[in-house]
Amino acid sequence: MSTATPPATAPAATSSTTHAAPRGGLVEIRGVRKSFGDLEVLRGIDLTVRPGEVTAILGPSGSGKSTLLRTINHLEPVDSGLITLDGEVIGYRRQGDLLHELSEKEVLRQRTRIGMVFQSFNLFAHRTALANITEAPRRALGVPKAQAEARARELLALVGLEDRAGAYPRQLSGGQQQRVAIARALALDPSVLLFDEPTSALDPELVEEVLAVIRGLASAGTTLVIVTHEISFARDVADTVVFMDHGRIVEQGPPSQVIDAPAHERTRSFLQHVRSGGPEAPDAAPVGPDSPTSPSAAPEDHR
Amino acid sequence: MALPSALETQRPAAPGARADAACAPPSAAVDAAAPATDATGAAAPVGPGSISTLSDEDLSRLRVVPARHPGRVVLAVVVTLLVALVAWSFATNPRWEWGVVAQWFFAESIIRGLLETLHLTALAGAVGFGLGLVLALMRLSPSSLVSGVAWTFSWVFRSTPMLVQLLLWYNLGYLYERFTLGIPLTDVTFFDARTSDLMTPMLAAVLGLGLHQAAYAAELIRGGILSVDQGQLEAASALGLPARDRSLRIVLPQAMRAILPSAFNEVIGLVKGTSIVYVLAHAELFFTVQLIYGRTQQVLPMLLVATLWYVVITSLLSIGQYYIERHYAKGALRTLPPTPLQRLRAGLRGRGARSTTASAREGASA
Repeated sequence: MSTATPPATAPAATSSTTHAAPRGGLVEIRGVRKSFGDLEVLRGIDLTVRPGEVTAILGPSGSGKSTLLRTINHLEPVDSGLITLDGEVIGYRRQGDLLHELSEKEVLRQRTRIGMVFQSFNLFAHRTALANITEAPRRALGVPKAQAEARARELLALVGLEDRAGAYPRQLSGGQQQRVAIARALALDPSVLLFDEPTSALDPELVEEVLAVIRGLASAGTTLVIVTHEISFARDVADTVVFMDHGRIVEQGPPSQVIDAPAHERTRSFLQHVRSGGPEAPDAAPVGPDSPTSPSAAPEDHR
Repeated sequence: MALPSALETQRPAAPGARADAACAPPSAAVDAAAPATDATGAAAPVGPGSISTLSDEDLSRLRVVPARHPGRVVLAVVVTLLVALVAWSFATNPRWEWGVVAQWFFAESIIRGLLETLHLTALAGAVGFGLGLVLALMRLSPSSLVSGVAWTFSWVFRSTPMLVQLLLWYNLGYLYERFTLGIPLTDVTFFDARTSDLMTPMLAAVLGLGLHQAAYAAELIRGGILSVDQGQLEAASALGLPARDRSLRIVLPQAMRAILPSAFNEVIGLVKGTSIVYVLAHAELFFTVQLIYGRTQQVLPMLLVATLWYVVITSLLSIGQYYIERHYAKGALRTLPPTPLQRLRAGLRGRGARSTTASAREGASA
């Protein structure tokens, strides 16, 4: 860890001023299906993500939530159905009933409007934090070096890492790497940001520093789609919570409905399972008689 | 949670397991499994080897005596003797004719041959690794036609002996008399020449060595690319980076770490591999040496001259390899270990400096 203090709430405060005029995009997903071999991982997904809204996708592993996220920026082409960003079909050009596959170049252009943050960060290991952030603006959008670097330093400040610009990913903690990855995704000024389990690979005490940054983005009005296991975080920031299982959306709605009063038995049992001390429930703080600091726990430890 | 009640039922079992704890007062049952000192009193000895009574002063007086390695000492002596023996025989056996070696080592013809060897290595290496990179990327293409072409190339050029390839290229004029560039089925020609005029020994050598090298380089570059985490490519795609940038700016620089050791192996092999070109009577180092000993009959000293030059080139390449590998290790290691030169300089600066570099090295390897 560096001496940089994790931005507990600081990014939230600065983001609205630094992140100039966020233009949240509208994502519409209709009838999306996707199979890997014989396994159908998405079985007809309909979802609307409104501009500036935060959508949290919950669900057990293997439910298709990561695949759904990856179809939005065409990392996984869909088998059937349509996905649009601000009315523009992702991956195809629609002419009546015909879908013309877009050229590689056009797909890449679409991707520059959709930022993505990965579970395992995927920072370019041979580049410094600063170079990681400037790479896409310079090479994909042709932004001049000085301008790209100035913007990158702003973004590093936004995620609380302005003093780590010259560090290589391996010299950063997991939480710091993920914050650089978020800055890298923001560098293209995307209209939508996709988060694929952004805190699952992090030590519990590093989770909060990343969530704080995401919270800041949410309040700044960027459209966010977040696949996560952090239930309480989803309740806090999400406008819409989507629960998926076996390639289908089981239920969706505001957190007060899906998380606090789930209509479906499947949602209820999942939430109960995650809440009852699973590793994904860091908010279940260890207080009470079963706390490890309690002396009565000692005999148990020695058995 | 249900834990406290579970503990309640388990607690009696713990003192029961220990005879001495069982007779302790009931209030101590909570600490039954804690160190026995609590139950029997603080003054009780903890054991004969206990270090709890050592003072800070005692601790600071402790000194480490390095372990002895008698086997290593014996081995060192044996190796030193063997090396001395070999060196002695090299120095004293008059048949090595060191005088002749010295006389020819910097001779103009030898230097010219040496430069030709370096020239040939550079050209064949450039063809080999340039084409090898293209072939490696082709092999990884999703198009089965493109990857099939690359696979076939490697298959053909790895299957035929080097010598056969050289002779085939050199005798291309026998197979195809004229080399013509034009539009088929018309009289338009841009270029026309006799193949045997074009195919100099130099060109045949570069083609033979280079294409052969490309087949091997392709496989080793492909191996390096495969060793880079798939997530890197995925992140680059998600950021909208063009395919060329994804390959050349993101994947390849990280693949270099895996590629370089084998690539230098290949280049060093190529330096000496150029000696096979003597069959085309091309005057590189080895052919020059042969010419000379054919005249003077000083076979072994002349071979020694060539060998020593190969040793010099290989040594220089090895030093280059060290620094190039170091360059590509940036970002792959938290801190780079000091170079031998830096270590030497630090060592000369005195004891204090030496211990800090040693700890830095340990920190890096940890």
